[in-house]
Amino acid sequence: MTTGERPLSPHLQVYRWQITMVLSILHRATGLALAFGTLLLARWLLALASGPEAYGPVQMWNASFLGRLFLFGWTWSLFYHMCNGIRHLAWDSGFGFEIPTFYRTGWTVVIASVVLTLIAWFWGYASLGAFG
Amino acid sequence: MKSLRTPEARVRGLGSAHQGLAHWWAQRITAVALVPLLLWFVAHLCATTGADYAAARASLHQPINAILTILLVVAGFHHGQLGLQVVIEDYVHTEWAKISLIILVKLLAVALGAACIFAVLKVAFS
Repeated sequence: MTTGERPLSPHLQVYRWQITMVLSILHRATGLALAFGTLLLARWLLALASGPEAYGPVQMWNASFLGRLFLFGWTWSLFYHMCNGIRHLAWDSGFGFEIPTFYRTGWTVVIASVVLTLIAWFWGYASLGAFG
Repeated sequence: MKSLRTPEARVRGLGSAHQGLAHWWAQRITAVALVPLLLWFVAHLCATTGADYAAARASLHQPINAILTILLVVAGFHHGQLGLQVVIEDYVHTEWAKISLIILVKLLAVALGAACIFAVLKVAFS
């Protein structure tokens, strides 16, 4: 397929940035992040199945600063993609196409994803006994 | 202008790609399944944070946890490869590279999914 000479439709750089567009881009970005995150899930399950010698280093990495940063990003990506995915399912069912609704559901998704991420991490640290 | 498409082509609604509806449905169905599965999975991980090897193994040894984890792996890898396929179709326009990447992603998803299911079953039946 020759694409070199043909004019292309305008891409991201010609548009003024706005919340609806940022959320759409984030949906794809978090989806990609989660796809790569499945590698972590596979490594964790395989380590658990193979024995303590394999499981130890994996858990050590998960507990390290970099590991926690990674898992925190993974948690938010998951909740964002899930909340915005529910928004997508509503659109698929024919709901939520009015402009004010777009903005309202968009901000709801952002806030819900942050709140759910914080709840998960407080819960995790509480399980570790971090709060006495 | 009168449509050049035959009435049969129109009623089948598949367009020039001859497929797509099955992909669309599978993406939605796996998405719906993943909402409760992932809420359970994250809650379970939060509740067992800091568990040692024996405790983590004992947890996955329980039938309900093993079954839910396998369902999560199947729905998750299926949903993931469907999504990656769309991303590749959007950005890779060289036919051989596009097809090769899609095949690679699909094979990797099956291989990793199989490895995960094997790992869960090994723990569950140990």
